[in-house]
Amino acid sequence: MQLNSAVTRSSEAILHTNKLIKNTYMLLSMTLIFSGFTAFLSIAMQVSHGIAFASTLIGIGLLWFVLPRTQNSAAGIPTIFAFTGLLGFGLGPMLTYYLTVNPSIVMVAMGGTGAIFLGLSGYALSTRKNFNFLGGFIAVGILVAIGAMLLNLFLGIPALALAVSAAVIMIMSGFILYQTSAMIHGGETNYISATAGLFLSILNIFTSLLHILGAFGGDD
Amino acid sequence: MDWLKIASGVFLVAMFFYLLPRAKQMVKDSPKGSVNDWMGYVVPIVVIALFIVLLIALV
Repeated sequence: MQLNSAVTRSSEAILHTNKLIKNTYMLLSMTLIFSGFTAFLSIAMQVSHGIAFASTLIGIGLLWFVLPRTQNSAAGIPTIFAFTGLLGFGLGPMLTYYLTVNPSIVMVAMGGTGAIFLGLSGYALSTRKNFNFLGGFIAVGILVAIGAMLLNLFLGIPALALAVSAAVIMIMSGFILYQTSAMIHGGETNYISATAGLFLSILNIFTSLLHILGAFGGDD
Repeated sequence: MDWLKIASGVFLVAMFFYLLPRAKQMVKDSPKGSVNDWMGYVVPIVVIALFIVLLIALV
């Protein structure tokens, strides 16, 4: 009897995990398409750096203050689309710059980001390793990266900016492993917050890769 | 220094202090990984680094 209930619980947990992963990847793909569309709009409208910055700020505001309150209800869906759409819109001036310098950089960065994400997700899903030990490393890494970015606002050292971009790719890759493993092992149970985390990782990897490719492959 | 840089700086400081308590909690809660666990992270990172070198050669 006890064995039967344990088997039922276990199969329920597996079903829940599979549903969570399916919903997360479905919502992630839709939000990526939507943010691609808003980025395209931003390029077409030739928005200024100020408007792009304001759009990013509002998007981050939604992530910090609105999404945690709405992620357990239907209101979480429009919130995450608004958040991802605004961050996509905020990429406009940067994408316009790289498209002017060398259009292939944007295509390669997009393809490279996709390959990195699919590779890491496939690795975490197939090995089913638990990457929760990365939590502390990721948290400290993000704070150090923010500190270095802040410092470089005043110093303006190109090599430091590149080092920060490389570090961001490393940290965000770790976050993809951490988040995917949390979905498998029960640390993450909400597909909207899981999508938000994965979306941010992908966006950060994309912009950092764009920066690195622009420095080595373009006229940056 | 233009206003966009100043605004970016203010935003980064706000982000730092917003994330600080969560980061402290994550450091406190995360278990210690074994050498084998860390290798499971380091190996894909090395592969990604090599992949980026390949991408740089492509553009």
